[in-house]
Amino acid sequence: MNGGAGGDAGPSRSGGNPTGYADAVKLVVIGCGRVGASLAREFAAEGWDVTAVDEKEEAVTRLGSGWAGGFVVGHGMDADILRRADVADADAVVVATNGDNTNLVIGQVAKKRYGVECVVVRVLDPARAAFYSERGMQIVCPTQHAIGTLAQTVRKTTGILRV
Amino acid sequence: MYALVAGGGKVGSNVARSLRRMGHEVTIVEQRPYRYDRLQDEFGSQVLLGDATELHVLELAGIGRPPELVLAVTGDDEDNLIICQLAHDGYRVPKVVARVNDPRNQEHFDLLGITQTVCAVSGLLGLVEHEVPEQGLVRLLELRKENLEIVEIRIGRNSPVAGKRIGGVRVPDGTRLVSVMRNGRSELCFDSTVLRPGDQVLAVLEPGKEDELHRALVRR
Repeated sequence: MNGGAGGDAGPSRSGGNPTGYADAVKLVVIGCGRVGASLAREFAAEGWDVTAVDEKEEAVTRLGSGWAGGFVVGHGMDADILRRADVADADAVVVATNGDNTNLVIGQVAKKRYGVECVVVRVLDPARAAFYSERGMQIVCPTQHAIGTLAQTVRKTTGILRV
Repeated sequence: MYALVAGGGKVGSNVARSLRRMGHEVTIVEQRPYRYDRLQDEFGSQVLLGDATELHVLELAGIGRPPELVLAVTGDDEDNLIICQLAHDGYRVPKVVARVNDPRNQEHFDLLGITQTVCAVSGLLGLVEHEVPEQGLVRLLELRKENLEIVEIRIGRNSPVAGKRIGGVRVPDGTRLVSVMRNGRSELCFDSTVLRPGDQVLAVLEPGKEDELHRALVRR
C-alpha cells in the first residue's frame, strides 16, 4: 500500500460476511510453510478464497485434509506459476517463502506486473526489511519483532527500564 | 575505477582478475568458505567472506564510497537482482550489471529496472539460431532502452516477397527493413532494391513483431 493508510491493508470489497459471497475476496499465499499455511487456513476459515503456492507438493498437507482452497505447485519466481495462481485477480498477496531475496523479488513482481495493491512480504533480515519498507513496500520482519519482544521482556522482568 | 564483484565463482573471479590486470581496484564478495579460501590465495585482502545481499557486508566491501561499478554475478538470480537494487537505489552506484542465470527471470530484471544484464543461455541460444537458417529469423541484438530489436531474415525460394521490389512490399507496422546482404556484400535497402532468394535482410522492429514480420517475408 504505497503511501496508503498504513495499517489498513484489507480489500475494499470485504463486507465481513464469511459465507454466501458470490465474488469472495481473494488471497494468494506464496510459500506454504508454517507461516504461510497457517495464514492460508485462517483466511479460508473466514471465507476468503485462498490459493497457496509452494515448490514442494507435500506442502499441501500443511493445509489440512479438508482444504477446499487452491494449491499450485511451483516456484513463485516463475511467471507461469503466478498466472496459474491468478495473482492478477488477488485482493491481497502474502509472500513468505524461506528466502528473503526471493520474497522481495516476488513481492515487487506482484505489485508492479500484476498491479496488486496489497502485497505483504516477510523478510527475516532487519536491514533489508528497513531498506525496502522505506521504499514503499509492506514488509513484516519477524526478527525485528523478536528483538523488540525480547528486549521488552528483559526490561519488564528485571524492572530495569533504563540504566 | 573501483569495482565491487558479488560472487566469486568462475564468472566473478575471471572478471575480477581482468579488471585487476587493467589496473582497476576490485573487491570480490563470496559467501562460500571453500571458494573464499581459494580466492584468497590469489586476491588476498581484496576478497571478502559474506553474503553480498546483507547491507553490513556490502558496507565492509566499500559500497559507501561508492564503487563506479557493481557486478552481481552470483548463481542466484534473486540475489543478483536485490544486490543491484541495494547498490543502485541505496548507494547511488552509477553502473550495476547483473548476471541472469535462468533466462525465464529476464522479465523480472526488466520489470524492476535492472537494464544491464548478461545471460549466457540467451547468448548461446542466439548462436544456435544463427546456425540453423531454416528458422528464417534470427535475433541479433536487443536494444532494451530503445525498446527495439535488430533481426536477420533469410529470404527463401518460397518467400512471398522473392523477386519483389522493397517499395512494393508491405511490412508490418513497427518494423523496417534496413539492409540486404547478398554474395557477402551488404547494401542499404531502397524502394528500388529487389529481394532475391538467399538474401539476408536486416530489420529493426519493436519487440513482439517478429512473427508478423516472419509471416510477411518468409512464410507464404
